[in-house]
Amino acid sequence: MDTFQYTKPATVNDATTSATASGAKFVAGGTTLIDLMKLNVERPTALVDINILPLDRIEPQAEGGLKIGAMVRNSDLAHDSRVQQMYPVLSEALLSGASPQLRNMATTGGNLLQRTRCYYFRDTNYACNKREPGSGCPAIDGFNRIHAILGTSEHCIATHPSDMAVAMMALGATVHLNGSAGERSVPITEFYLLPGNSPDRENVVRKGEIITHVTLPALPSSAKSHYLKRRDRASYEFALASAAVIVDLNGNKIRKAQIALGGVGTRPWRSPEAEQELAGRDVSERTFRKAAEAALHGAKTYRNNGFKVELAKRTLVRALQTVTASA
Amino acid sequence: MRRRKNSCSLGSQETESAERSETHGVTRPSFLTNVATAGIAATATPLLRAAPHTIELPPAPVVSNPAGTVPVELKINGQIHQLQIESRVTLLDALRENLGLFGTKKGCDHGQCGACTVHVNGRRINSCLTFAVMHQQDEITTIEGLAKDGQLHPMQAAFLEHDGFQCGYCTSGQIMSAVALLKEPCEANDNGIRECMSGNICRCGAYENIVAAVRSVRSRA
Repeated sequence: MDTFQYTKPATVNDATTSATASGAKFVAGGTTLIDLMKLNVERPTALVDINILPLDRIEPQAEGGLKIGAMVRNSDLAHDSRVQQMYPVLSEALLSGASPQLRNMATTGGNLLQRTRCYYFRDTNYACNKREPGSGCPAIDGFNRIHAILGTSEHCIATHPSDMAVAMMALGATVHLNGSAGERSVPITEFYLLPGNSPDRENVVRKGEIITHVTLPALPSSAKSHYLKRRDRASYEFALASAAVIVDLNGNKIRKAQIALGGVGTRPWRSPEAEQELAGRDVSERTFRKAAEAALHGAKTYRNNGFKVELAKRTLVRALQTVTASA
Repeated sequence: MRRRKNSCSLGSQETESAERSETHGVTRPSFLTNVATAGIAATATPLLRAAPHTIELPPAPVVSNPAGTVPVELKINGQIHQLQIESRVTLLDALRENLGLFGTKKGCDHGQCGACTVHVNGRRINSCLTFAVMHQQDEITTIEGLAKDGQLHPMQAAFLEHDGFQCGYCTSGQIMSAVALLKEPCEANDNGIRECMSGNICRCGAYENIVAAVRSVRSRA
């Protein structure tokens, strides 16, 4: 690991000023960044420790919904009674991710920015367009069982690993940023970039900008939500496929559905296609299956990850069955 | 002379068992040291006949200011320690390499095994994925700080009673997690224990006995 300058500012302004320096990075929970620094994948020359910034509160918003500070730990967010009551999908997604120790460290802002688990990205012996733009992508013709089937490009097929972000994608969260150019808000559906020709650019955050908080809109009181995750072991493992579902039912009819998939996309994957299939339809396995077909319609598979198409479909169908059964 | 045993650490089990293999005239730490020496010198000395040699404890940290280091004050098990270390030293490495607190183990060093679990301000974390410099003013508890007045923590006693380990390497991390679990929202059954302990891997597969140990302490609470 390279050496670095270390600072621990007490205000957001000081933090964003420090982070404009070349080679500077914020460190919060450290669970992704320090891991990748040990692998020489991340090589910051300065670390700006944001752990004492006053961004650790969960507050109700005047217009309904919740405001979640960027430094709220994953465990605190998952166990917050308002989150459990208003957004079960978010609490379940958080608790399905990582381990209790990691959730005590990991933060809301950091989780949104966590990096892919692609083996080639994490190993500097290999080329990687995300790590070294233009060097190539060995995953496309290599071992790609965990890789994405949605949103890929000829330059990158790395999966976004977050569970929390999948739930927030379904919830229609807004990410709030602060930097030298002032404050701005970005809908989470526009926060993540597809790899395209520049897989090194993963989101819209600018140099020196910090995520200050995330807001979640209120859901109708009749809406139910659920997160289902499929993986190689029962706990402490990344998703091979997951589904975040929010369904508002009127009797047996679906008023509105909000659907996002994890473990299959190059970014947390919102599926308006599945939502359209569900809106206005009666609850039935056939409807759910049609929604799943629509969600995976554009899937492109590689040598080892063809199984993800059917796994993702069944995961979504099962999640919809569970959430509508509890309605 | 042998390496200082961590008085209250079940995690020192592997050190003790290594020490028992005196018939070979070598301890595990000395074996590792000799491997390193042999690697450098490329001598033909058979490793198992090498003169017994043990790793000494690191000397008491000297507060100076070598280039690239920063002063770091850590409060561990109620005791304040002044260190002068590089900012890139993880909390785990500071505990083991700078403070001689070997009860906390380095397994994967990437947050994937839980062997390095310690408590910071009463919450369990992976000490391998955080820098020591980030924890000034924090209350840090390691396995060495669990026993009080010579009495094992009930969880340490339960791991002994239920044989909650085989090689013992993951044990201090398992116990630190299990102690933290008692105060966390965690389903009150064995599935809850398994889920809440899933951040601690045991390669020997002593899970049944680990769950039994945790269950016995929970049932008494």
